[in-house]
Amino acid sequence: MDASDLSLVDLSRAQFALTAMYHWLFVPLTLGLGVIISIMETLYYKTGDTEWKRITQFWMKLFGINFAIGVATGIILEFEFGTNWSNYSWFVGDIFGAPLAIEGILAFFMESTFIAVMFFGWNKVSKSFHLASTWLTVIGATLSALWILAANAWMQYPDGMTFNPDTMRNEMTDFWSVLLSPVAINKFTHTVFSGWIVGAAFCLGVSAWFLLKKKEKNLSYKSIRIAALFGFLGAFLTALTGDGSAQQVAQRQPMKLAAMEGLYEGKTEAGMVAFGVLNPAKQTYNDTISPFLVKIEIPGLLSLLSFRETGAFVPGITNLMDGGFIKKINGAQDTALSSDEKMIRGKLAIQALSDYKQARKDSHDSLANVHKATLNTYYQHFGYGFVPSKDTLVPPVPLVFYAFHIMITLGIFFLGLFLLTGFLTWKDRLHKQRWLLWIAILGIPLAWICSESGWIVAEVGRQPWVIQDIMPTYAAVSDLKPGSVLITFVLFAILFTVLLIAEVGIMLRQIRKGPEEVH
Amino acid sequence: MDYALLQHYWWFLISLLGGLLVFLLFVQGGQTLLYQIGKTSIEQTILINTLGRKWEFTYTTLVTFGGALFAAFPLFYSTSFGGAYWLWMLILFCFILQAVSYEFRLKKGNLLGKRTYEFFLLINGFGGLILLGVASGMFFSGGDFIVNKSNLTNPLQPVISSWGNPWHGLEAILNIQNWLLGLSVFFLARLLAAQYFINSINEETILSRSRKQVVYNAIPFIVLFLSFLGWTLFQPGPAFDPVSGLVVETPFKYWSNLLEMPLVLVFFLTGILLLVSGTAWTILKPAFKKGIWLSGSGTIAAITCLFLIAGWNNTAFYPSTADLQSSLTIANASSSQFTLTVMSVVSLIIPLVAAYIFQAWKAINKTPVTAAEMNEKGHKY
Repeated sequence: MDASDLSLVDLSRAQFALTAMYHWLFVPLTLGLGVIISIMETLYYKTGDTEWKRITQFWMKLFGINFAIGVATGIILEFEFGTNWSNYSWFVGDIFGAPLAIEGILAFFMESTFIAVMFFGWNKVSKSFHLASTWLTVIGATLSALWILAANAWMQYPDGMTFNPDTMRNEMTDFWSVLLSPVAINKFTHTVFSGWIVGAAFCLGVSAWFLLKKKEKNLSYKSIRIAALFGFLGAFLTALTGDGSAQQVAQRQPMKLAAMEGLYEGKTEAGMVAFGVLNPAKQTYNDTISPFLVKIEIPGLLSLLSFRETGAFVPGITNLMDGGFIKKINGAQDTALSSDEKMIRGKLAIQALSDYKQARKDSHDSLANVHKATLNTYYQHFGYGFVPSKDTLVPPVPLVFYAFHIMITLGIFFLGLFLLTGFLTWKDRLHKQRWLLWIAILGIPLAWICSESGWIVAEVGRQPWVIQDIMPTYAAVSDLKPGSVLITFVLFAILFTVLLIAEVGIMLRQIRKGPEEVH
Repeated sequence: MDYALLQHYWWFLISLLGGLLVFLLFVQGGQTLLYQIGKTSIEQTILINTLGRKWEFTYTTLVTFGGALFAAFPLFYSTSFGGAYWLWMLILFCFILQAVSYEFRLKKGNLLGKRTYEFFLLINGFGGLILLGVASGMFFSGGDFIVNKSNLTNPLQPVISSWGNPWHGLEAILNIQNWLLGLSVFFLARLLAAQYFINSINEETILSRSRKQVVYNAIPFIVLFLSFLGWTLFQPGPAFDPVSGLVVETPFKYWSNLLEMPLVLVFFLTGILLLVSGTAWTILKPAFKKGIWLSGSGTIAAITCLFLIAGWNNTAFYPSTADLQSSLTIANASSSQFTLTVMSVVSLIIPLVAAYIFQAWKAINKTPVTAAEMNEKGHKY
C-alpha cells in the first residue's frame, strides 16, 4: 500500500463506518429498552400484578427482535480490526486487545447466558431467577459497552502505555489508566446514557401510537411513566457527561472541538454557535472566505464550557495548524507547535526508530541508546511522520459541525419531550394531546439521529487519527487491494440494509398486533 | 509470573476456547440436519428451538476466541485476519446470517420468508463449519505471509504483515489437509448435534432419525479425522529455538510434540476415547441419551490438545509457507508480559462464568422439548 493511495483507506474507513453505524442502530435500544423491561419486571415481581408481566413480555418481544441483529453486526466490528486495520492491530494490540478479550469473558457470556433464561425461562425457573436473568442480561450488555468504549476512549486519549522499539509496538503499562481514564469514564457514561434516551424514546413513541389508536391505554400510560422518567434521567445525565466530554475534547483533541464549532480563527471569550449555516465556498482552512453564511452565537459559552472560564482562548483550525499560541493543559502552559513542526518531529521519531534498530543489529548499544532517547523525545508526534500532507490533518468540518449541532438540539428536545409527556401522563391528560403524541412518535427516528450524530462527531472529528497523534488511518490499514474492500463493503451494505428492513417490518407487525396474553 | 509461562498459559486458554468452540458448533451441525431429521414443519420448529437456546453460546465463544487471540497474540490477529481476508470474511458472512435467522424465521413481516431464513441457517451450518475447519487447518498447513516489523519505519509502506498472493486466504480452501480438517469438523458437529437432539427432545420420530444420523456421521468423521491426524502428525513441522527465535522445519514435529508432552497425549487419547464411547453407547443402547456429555467433553479435550500440539513445545503455531522465519510462535506473536499478567488475573473469573453457564443451561434444559411445547404461548423461534 502506498501512503498516498487513499482509496484503500477511504474504503476501509467506509466499511468500518458502515458496520459501526449499523451496529449502533441496535445497541442503544438494547441498552435503554433493556433497563426499561428490567424495571417493568421488577414491578411485576414486587406487586404480583400480571398486567406488569404482560407489559414486560410485550416490550421483551421487541427487545429480542432488535437484539439478534445487534449481535450480527457486532461480530463484524470486532473482526474488522484485524481484517481491515491489521497494522493497527499489531501496533496497539497489546493494549486494545485486552478490553475486547475481557469484554468476551466478562460481558458477552453473561449476556448470552441469561438472555436465553429471559426469553425461554418464564415457566421454567422461579420468578426471582427470571428477574435476576433479565437484569443480568442488561448488565452484561452495559458491561460490554464499558469495555469497548474504554478501548475506543483509549484511541482518542492514549494513556497508560509506552512504545517498545524492540517489539515495534505500544505496550500497556497501566491497566487502570486505560480503563478508568477521565475520557473513558465520560465516554462510557455519555454513550450508555444516550442509549437510555433511545430506549425511552422508542417506548414513549410506540406507547403514543397506541394512545393515538385508542387502544392499550393502561399499558401505554404505565410504559410512558417509566419511559418519561427514565428518558429524562438519561437525557439529563447525557448532557452532564457531554459537558465533561467537551472539556476533555478541548484539551486533548482541540482540532475536533474547532471542527465541531466551525471555529477557524481562535479567540478569547469564544461563543458557541446556537444556529449556523456554513459557507460551502470555504474549501481550505487558510483561504480568506468567511466560514459562515449565517451564525448566531452565545457569547463566551465555548470558552466557558471548554476551559471553565469565559475569557479563555479557544484555538481555531488555523491556530492549530500554524501553532504559536499558548495552550493550557491541567494548569500547565506550553506554546503550541505548528503542524509542520509536528510533522518534522514525527519524521525524526520514525528515523530514530529506524536508526535504533540498525544500531541494535550492529550491537552498537551506546548508539542505540542515543537513538532511543531521540525516539522518546519525539514519540508523542510519531504519527505525524506518516502524514503525507498537512491538509489531511483537518477533519471534514461541515459533517462534524452539523452532526454536533443536530446532537445538541435533539438532546434539548428530548429533555423537554420527556418532561412534558411525563407531566401530562401524571395528570392523565396525555392521550388528549394528539399533536404531542405525534411528536412522540417522531421522537423515535430523532433519537437515533441524535445518537448516530454523536458518533459522527466522535469519530469523524478525530480524523485522520486512528490513535490520536500516534497513528493515522493510512498507517493502520491492512495490505489489501481496494477492490477487495469495495466488494465486502457493498456486500455488507446490501446485507445489513436487507436485515434492517426485515427488522423494521417485524417490529411494525408486532407493534400493530400489540401485546399478547400473559404466558 | 514468568513471561514464557504466561505465553504458554494463554495458548492453553486459546486452545481451550478452540475446544469449546468446536463442541458448541453442534448448533451449526444441527442446522445442517434440519431437513434430514425434521421432515415436517413442526419437527423443524422443534429442532430450531432446541438449537436456538444455545446458538448464542457458540457465537459468544467465537467472539471470545477472536478477542482472546487479539489480546494475547496480536501478531496472529494482524497477520491472519488482515492477510487471509477473504477466508475470514466468508466465515463472518456465514455467521451474520445465523444471528438473525432464529429470531426472524417465524415472525410476520420478516421480508424474506421462513424458507430464506432456514436457508441462511443451512449456509451458516455448511459454510461456517467447513470454512472454520479450513481456517483452523492453517495452524498446521500454514499461510502465505511475510512479517517484517521494520516496515513500520517506512512511511510509504508501513504495513508489517503482507500476504503473498492475491487470493488472500481463498487458496487455503484448495488445500487437501485443510479440507480434511474442515470436513472432520463438519461431520463431528453433525454427530454431536444428533446426540444433542437425543438428549434434549422427547419426540420419538426425531429420536430415531437422530440415532441414524449418529451412525451416518460417525463413519465419515472417523475416516476423515484419522486421515487428517495421520497427515499432520507425520508431516514436517516448524520448530523454533526459544533463545534465537530461529524457526526450523523438523520431521514429525507434531508427532514428537505428543510424545514429548505425555500429559497432552493422555488428555488427547482420553478425549478420543470419550468421544468414541459417547457415540458407541448412543448407537448400541437406544435408551442411552447422555451421549452428548461424553462426546462433548471428549471433543473439548481432543481439540484442546490438537491446538496445544500446534503451539506448545517450541512449535510455530502459524507457519509461514512464504518465509519460514516469519512464522508465528507463542513467543514472537504474544502480548507483553504486563498485558498477559493483567488478563491472567481476569481469567481467574472463568470458573465463575462456567458455573453460571452450567446453572442456566441446566435450568433451561431440565425438561425435554416436545411438540406440545411448540404449540404453547411464549417466545419461540
